[in-house]
Amino acid sequence: MLLIPCPWCGPRDESEFRYGGEAHIGAPANPGSLSDADWADYLFMRNNPKGWFRERWMHAQGCRRWFNAVRHTVSNEIAAVYRMGEPPPPAPGPGREGET
Amino acid sequence: MSGAFRLAAGGRIDRAAPLRFRFDGRPYEGLKGDTLASALLANGMHLVGRSLKYHRPRGIVAAGADEPNAIVQVGEGAWTQPNARATEVELYDGLVARNVTAWPGVGFDLGAAASLLSPLLVAGFYYKTFMAPGRWWRRLYEPALRRMAGLGRAPAAPDPDVYDKRHAHADVLVVGAGPAGLAAALAAARTGARVMLADEQAEFGGALLSEGDEIDGRPALEWVGRAAAELASLPEVVPLPRATVFGYYDHNYLAIAERRADHLGPGAPPGLARRRLWRVRARRVVLATGAHERPLVFADNDRPGVMLASAVRAYLNRYAVAPGRRAVVFTNNDDAYRTAFDLADAGIELAAVVDARSHPAGERVGEARRRGIEVLAGSALTGTRGRRRVAAVEVRRLDPGGSAVEGPARTLACDLVAVSGGWSPAVHLFSQSQGTLRFDEARACFVPDRAAQAVRPAGAANGTFTLAGCLAEGLAAGAAAARLAGFGDGTAPPAPLVRTARDGPIRPLWFVPSGRPAARDGGRHFVDLQADVTAADIRLAAREGLDSVEHVKRYTAAGMGTDQGKTANVNALALLSQAVGRPIAGTGTTTFRPPYTPVGFGLLAGRDRGELFDPVRVTPMHAWHVAHGAVFEDVGQWKRPLYYPRAGEDMAAAVARECRAARGGVAALDATTLGKIDIRGPDAAAFLDRVYTNAWARLGLGQCRYGMMCGQDGMVLDDGVTTRLAPDRFLMTTTTGNAARVLDWLEEWLQTEWPGLRVYCTSVTEQWATVAIVGPRAREVLGPLAPGLALDNEGFPFMTLREAEVAGIPARVFRISFTGELSFEVNVPAWHGLALWEAVMRAGEPFGITPYGTEAMHVLRAEKGFIIVGQETDGTVTPLDLGMDWIVSRTKDFIGKRSLLRPDASRPDRKQLVGLLPEDPGEVLPEGAQLVAARPARAIGLKAGRPIPMIGHVTSSYSSAALGRSFALALVKGGRGRIGATVYAPLVGRTLAARIVEPVFYDREGKRRNG
Repeated sequence: MLLIPCPWCGPRDESEFRYGGEAHIGAPANPGSLSDADWADYLFMRNNPKGWFRERWMHAQGCRRWFNAVRHTVSNEIAAVYRMGEPPPPAPGPGREGET
Repeated sequence: MSGAFRLAAGGRIDRAAPLRFRFDGRPYEGLKGDTLASALLANGMHLVGRSLKYHRPRGIVAAGADEPNAIVQVGEGAWTQPNARATEVELYDGLVARNVTAWPGVGFDLGAAASLLSPLLVAGFYYKTFMAPGRWWRRLYEPALRRMAGLGRAPAAPDPDVYDKRHAHADVLVVGAGPAGLAAALAAARTGARVMLADEQAEFGGALLSEGDEIDGRPALEWVGRAAAELASLPEVVPLPRATVFGYYDHNYLAIAERRADHLGPGAPPGLARRRLWRVRARRVVLATGAHERPLVFADNDRPGVMLASAVRAYLNRYAVAPGRRAVVFTNNDDAYRTAFDLADAGIELAAVVDARSHPAGERVGEARRRGIEVLAGSALTGTRGRRRVAAVEVRRLDPGGSAVEGPARTLACDLVAVSGGWSPAVHLFSQSQGTLRFDEARACFVPDRAAQAVRPAGAANGTFTLAGCLAEGLAAGAAAARLAGFGDGTAPPAPLVRTARDGPIRPLWFVPSGRPAARDGGRHFVDLQADVTAADIRLAAREGLDSVEHVKRYTAAGMGTDQGKTANVNALALLSQAVGRPIAGTGTTTFRPPYTPVGFGLLAGRDRGELFDPVRVTPMHAWHVAHGAVFEDVGQWKRPLYYPRAGEDMAAAVARECRAARGGVAALDATTLGKIDIRGPDAAAFLDRVYTNAWARLGLGQCRYGMMCGQDGMVLDDGVTTRLAPDRFLMTTTTGNAARVLDWLEEWLQTEWPGLRVYCTSVTEQWATVAIVGPRAREVLGPLAPGLALDNEGFPFMTLREAEVAGIPARVFRISFTGELSFEVNVPAWHGLALWEAVMRAGEPFGITPYGTEAMHVLRAEKGFIIVGQETDGTVTPLDLGMDWIVSRTKDFIGKRSLLRPDASRPDRKQLVGLLPEDPGEVLPEGAQLVAARPARAIGLKAGRPIPMIGHVTSSYSSAALGRSFALALVKGGRGRIGATVYAPLVGRTLAARIVEPVFYDREGKRRNG
């Protein structure tokens, strides 16, 4: 159960959120000008990195606002959240390690 | 007396509080403070089960959560728990338990005949042996194996108990209340931090409950008592005994199973939740989960009476039970000498300590010699004898390499063998938290390496096995955790004084040869007692090429029992490492997964069962429907009347009557559940233009329009009628089950892609109640209720909205139709829904107004060829497939348009919506039936035949009162080009034929909607 810092409400349990996949895809301004291959690429192809990933979340059982998060897909550490339309923060360094 | 093996003095049991219990139907007596296991041992009962595959007699091995053999079913009838560990079941008066592995009983077990089949039951036997013929598996092998495997029985009746859930936040969660955990909790709690301390046992103290240790020169339990009392006195501390932390999840989220009433049995006070599930978010976690002792893997090491050395101490010291009369201790380390001393102190005869080390020289070894205990150094047990209980062991010299035994065998008579192969830190939770492990050669165990979350292991869980070390590490970890959570300066309180014995090193010994030729040795060296896996099984798996520890686990089933191999896993992976000639560090461990010990379903369900399982949504008219005998169906979370049967009517008759009323007179539908979204803002019309496939900008005030939405992939997402209430305001309706999804969809586009659009969406589904008045006589019913409202076609045209008072209630009246009949949908604030419904029924009474349910609604719309999203569509259907090209704008862009322009969207062989008229008008095709183009040569049966290409399937199918026959809607490949053709629905045992027709069956001209 992730603890997700909603930029509007603060930290809340993952079960309050809906996941929205990779962020910063951006719907094409003029889909009609895209080739079938380019349209399919926009529609279906997403990155699936092992590491830091900018992704969309929606606080479905809270403020119902969409926002972006930078999450490490291995450690699940969330380095940053930012509101829609805000520029993404610079990429974090390697995932933080806890103490032993 | 509570058993012949009860010691006269000592122990944490109450000799004045005898408790009666039954095991396998026979009565016994124990004492308050006993576990079921200690009470059985006090009565001389070692044999408590049979092994999984070979049904060999098995006895109690451990004294805690690591017990592999003593698996019992506690309770009877509905109040029962399968697969409890007898070592963890607290005794109460009247307890009833059975073993789950032997039938009819542990003494005489029919399954023991399985040992004759042992050559068939080698590693991976279920992949190899019971292969053919296939039908034997279902009829013979599986039932027989399941019975023999004995996994306990789930109760047939509902669980009578109540289970609770609690959410909690902690600054520091300490797991385990042994010396390290108590020390950590004290150090953290004294800073004022919110501390939770959870321990699986009934009282705090951990291993100290079972040992004769001293702290500050006094019995250690005095220190435990003071620590527990101090913690209990601090307001921010939550002490949780009987609470197993069973899962460690992301972001320091841990799950705890607290047993609140198990120890009271079925007689617990009513209302007391039996168990409580805690879900804790902790800033910092200290894992003081202790360690599990490892058995040694020697021949016939599974005979009842062979126990872990530490378990023998627990039974002696904590429960005052003598687990035998004459004991042998077999060890590769100094720790087990404590067992020898405790046995001797309890007056139990000690045959010898058999020590695998050639020259053991630790302080305790010297003490043993001083006390006159015979120490057989450089020796090993090569076998045991006895029928249902060990009666003797064989001892031989072990060669320095540990690969062979030599010299003559010496036989020692004994009825108890206390074994220690060293200790394995309980790293389960640390590993679940994604922390890594490393193999420590000196201590011969896996210890925590790098943490992945805000967690720190302490004490034996960290590989620190001395009491002084546990206390010091616990204090340091607790103080550090508190500081990192914002409390205190991290200074650990001074550690109490504890004397530490100077121990010699352990000699890792993963396999004890028995003297047989090496190639044939190991078949009775049990590694995993619960899964019945031997050293030979592990080696066989390695020979067959399975050199990954995860593969060997699955192939041999080692570690796959309900104990998850707590006593077995390290031995198994060490044996694998030997077999493939690789260091243990390179083999690694299998993945540790929650739960640490089994968790009952009742705990996870909590109160979320029965009618609280899922919220139920009802309309304001619900009580009327119930009072009038409606049969309900679930649509999403809504309860909707399916039909209203009259006396003597079945569903078909009721639905036919309801349909006739709608087509021939007047009928009423509670349409409240339809999703309703208020869309407001200067850009509302532009927004609708983008989300709907058709055009909205020029929709006039008070006008309604049917709209369809697609996903970006061009597939139908939802449909409904939307009305313009004001220049900047629309009321959208959605499919009942799709309302939340559509609102989410709209919000997602507004927030993420089109933040510049000034539009606000509000769900108003629950704010309005809707009554549809349907049928040629609808005006005669509505007229008197709304005297100010013109109802004729000119004054109130089709697809328009009027605001008026209906039955004295301010209402929005929509002239729209989902049946093809004249129809008015009257919306009033939900509070007035029942009043409106009753007024409509009263006004309609002279005209025989008939309430109708969703089934009649489905029939009526299907007769008109109106689709239902989710029934005619399934996420692969475009508006074009439905023949609804007219709703797809060619001039504007909308979500999904680009996908509809792909060549695939206009493939001629796409499935298209058509109507079907069955050849036999009395036959209703089953919905979902597959369709083929040619009549199959013979009826389809259960036997496999040649594959037939399927060209489509039935989506909706009914018997129609208006048509006087059956009809259906279907999706058929290239269906519009097949109008007039015959298709076939092959069913089991018969085939139905049907003619493809246009998907509109009734009133194709659309005249009836005007009345």
